[in-house]
Amino acid sequence: MNPPAVPAAAHHHAPPQGFLRRHVFSLDHKVIGKQYLDLALVAVCIGMGLSWLMRLHLAWPNLPIPGLEKLSPNGAANGVITPEYYLSLMTMHATIMVFFVLTSAPFAGFGNYFLPIQVGAEDMAFPRFNMMSFWTTCVAFLVIVSSFFVSDGPALSGWTAYAPLSAVGKDAGPGQGLGQTLWALSIAIFCVGQLFGSLNFVATTLDLRTKGMTLARMPFSTWAWFITSVIGLIAFSVLLAACILLLLDRVAGTSFFIPAGLVISDRLQPHSGGSPLLWQHLFWFFGHPEVYIAILPGFGIVSHILPVFARKPLLGPRVMIGCMAVIGLLSYTIWGHHMFLSGMNPFSALLFSVPTLIITIPSTIATLLWIGTVYGAKLRLQTPALFCLGFISVFVSGGLSGFFLAQPSIDTYLHATYFVVAHFHFVMAVAAMFGIFAGTYFWFPKMFGSMMNETLGKWHFWLTFIGVYCVFFPMHYLGLAGNVRRYSAFTDDYLKPLIPLHRFITVAALFTGAAQLIFLYNLIRSRFRGPTAPDNPWEATTLEWSTTSPPPFDNFGGHPPVVSHGPNEYGVQGATGDYVMQAAPGAPRTH
Amino acid sequence: MGKLFAVVVAVITLVATAIFVMHVWWPPADISVHGPGIDRQLGETMVMAGVLFVVSQLALALFAWQYSSGDGRKIKTFPGGPMPLVVAAIVIVGIETLALTFVGSKVWAGIFQAPPDPNSLQVDVQAEQFAFYFRYPGPDGSFAATHPELINEANENYFGLDPAHEVDARDDIVVPSLVIPVNRPILLRMHAKDVNHSFYVPELRIQQDFVPGLVIPLHFTATQTGKYEIVCTQLCGLGHYNMRAYVEVMSPGEFDQWLKEKAAQQ
Repeated sequence: MNPPAVPAAAHHHAPPQGFLRRHVFSLDHKVIGKQYLDLALVAVCIGMGLSWLMRLHLAWPNLPIPGLEKLSPNGAANGVITPEYYLSLMTMHATIMVFFVLTSAPFAGFGNYFLPIQVGAEDMAFPRFNMMSFWTTCVAFLVIVSSFFVSDGPALSGWTAYAPLSAVGKDAGPGQGLGQTLWALSIAIFCVGQLFGSLNFVATTLDLRTKGMTLARMPFSTWAWFITSVIGLIAFSVLLAACILLLLDRVAGTSFFIPAGLVISDRLQPHSGGSPLLWQHLFWFFGHPEVYIAILPGFGIVSHILPVFARKPLLGPRVMIGCMAVIGLLSYTIWGHHMFLSGMNPFSALLFSVPTLIITIPSTIATLLWIGTVYGAKLRLQTPALFCLGFISVFVSGGLSGFFLAQPSIDTYLHATYFVVAHFHFVMAVAAMFGIFAGTYFWFPKMFGSMMNETLGKWHFWLTFIGVYCVFFPMHYLGLAGNVRRYSAFTDDYLKPLIPLHRFITVAALFTGAAQLIFLYNLIRSRFRGPTAPDNPWEATTLEWSTTSPPPFDNFGGHPPVVSHGPNEYGVQGATGDYVMQAAPGAPRTH
Repeated sequence: MGKLFAVVVAVITLVATAIFVMHVWWPPADISVHGPGIDRQLGETMVMAGVLFVVSQLALALFAWQYSSGDGRKIKTFPGGPMPLVVAAIVIVGIETLALTFVGSKVWAGIFQAPPDPNSLQVDVQAEQFAFYFRYPGPDGSFAATHPELINEANENYFGLDPAHEVDARDDIVVPSLVIPVNRPILLRMHAKDVNHSFYVPELRIQQDFVPGLVIPLHFTATQTGKYEIVCTQLCGLGHYNMRAYVEVMSPGEFDQWLKEKAAQQ
């Protein structure tokens, strides 16, 4: 569909020639978005493979896994995972998933592809920075993956890398040598990449909106990416500083995080004056906002997609944007809830607890608005819609366990148990993944010009939805029973009675993971064999649906759209049906 | 499809809730003076979160059931628009969680902010990769100074004591289990030799990190005799999962006897 004729001369930009410029070092935000998504796809396959290994080991600690000894002759001699290798797998699973999947896909991937189109721009504000952002992230990924192949194995101090374990070097045991250095280096590089990206998102949103695209008319997904990039700017710069300090402690003999008088491997450490709690504060000052960096794009995607399939406007559009903004703001006041028992002043636990509980209010409002949007809808339950409904359900499940952990007194019992594992997997991992799946099924036709297979999509949804509940919900029960996390085995202690439940979770995880092969197959097959997609297959309103599938190099073929409507005009009588497209001509309104 | 979604969500919700309600997996019986406060807080939060869980999941299921079919039907906006939901969220969630905070902060303050009982039995605890060691002052009632440079695993000098030069170091009792009398306040002075560790006894409803460079006080009173596991909950290296010790809660008579025997061995 062509954009409406506007009194502006067509100013068409031709794509660059040459394979490298078109597909590798491309400045086109759409190519960069797809590169991020491809990177996330590779990363999620590795991350999930690691979780399979962990789950197998937890259920059957002595089970030999064929071929694993080839990857790590020390960590898994005869294919049996050693306790230290288990910790490495766990560290790498979390690091790869949090940084290279949950940040790369919903924020950098979809954001790069669709933010400029949704505001009616030809490209990002700084295309070169944008290209550098992806390739910097790619280098970070190669660095973290390379640590699998260093002699004493990858880092094993968790994705939180608490100092001094992560700072003192080899003396502290396996995984604390080169592997840990590469971890800190990789994350530092990753931060640089995300800073480039976030800057670009902010500048593009503020400066490159097309005529008529007021802030109030921006789609919810654009709002979410914009708020996320503001969070990212602050969060990643703090983590970058923290990682540089950690690297200095490791390689230059400084003592930012290492106090005096530590004896490790019978050796008095040559450090003094540092504070282990400083690392925790710096890390969590990034770490908690990071949770929202992972989930807010999901908020945006669901708010963007749900009205399309409900055929009615999102309930309370401005309230939803307000909720996202308030969450972004509050996300900087609550990092201390990770540290209630860390040894910081116990009085500050109460100070961190109150905003943590308050942040549940905008989250609750957002959830109620989604549920209220389903009320009275004319639901078209295609795959993207199913994943949106699934998102709401898992977000409710994950969000509510936050009430427990936000209270320091209850955290005294539940901290560092599987209850926490259940909580963050539901609220940040599974919910964010459901947002990614919804976004993929929804935007795939636009990105590749072909439709995904609906039947396979539905099978993927049902198996995944039931699967994640079987995997992660029982972890609440484990946590209540006092099962501590980050343990490589529960063979001969008070945790032994819980082993059957662990086995159930492992079997469920294997099935749920295998169900993702359906998605992978659908993704690859539809890319090449899917039926041709029309320009606007879902009858949606936003600007990405006003251009061709896939869009031309400069997005709108030299005719920048003029926007006369908000993104939320569903269930109204329009020229083409029960919706009005943002670029449809209309009486200019003032907002 | 909407009806199927509704049924699946309803079944998941009811099964998940039933397992909580039936206490199939639940914290072990509490053996501490402060524990009932935590358990009450946990129970109240469970009820509140449980009600919100069931209500929101079932509302989602109901709407998905009701509004998935029926082309030709007109769409309906939520009665009253978004405002009732906003007000409900602020009032219900806001007031309930803040109320829980005020009650809960008393529980927390009672454990971590209230000063220890002056008659507490003091025990010095050192955590290291991958063990806990506990030190009692011995008959002289005073803890000797520690010297990190003297720490030596082979000589079992875990705390870096200097009995050759310091008299009060000679009677300090160092053991790998925490032995305490029942119903007497205990004050732990926690410090770490190498990296972060944590002290967690589920039955005692107590958990606290060890932080290298800091001495952290922790006090509690056990109300039941018995032997319970102490586990490390802060990732400390390859042997983390094996970092265990026991807390043995004895009657006062047994405890005095134990202390005498240990003192005699010094």
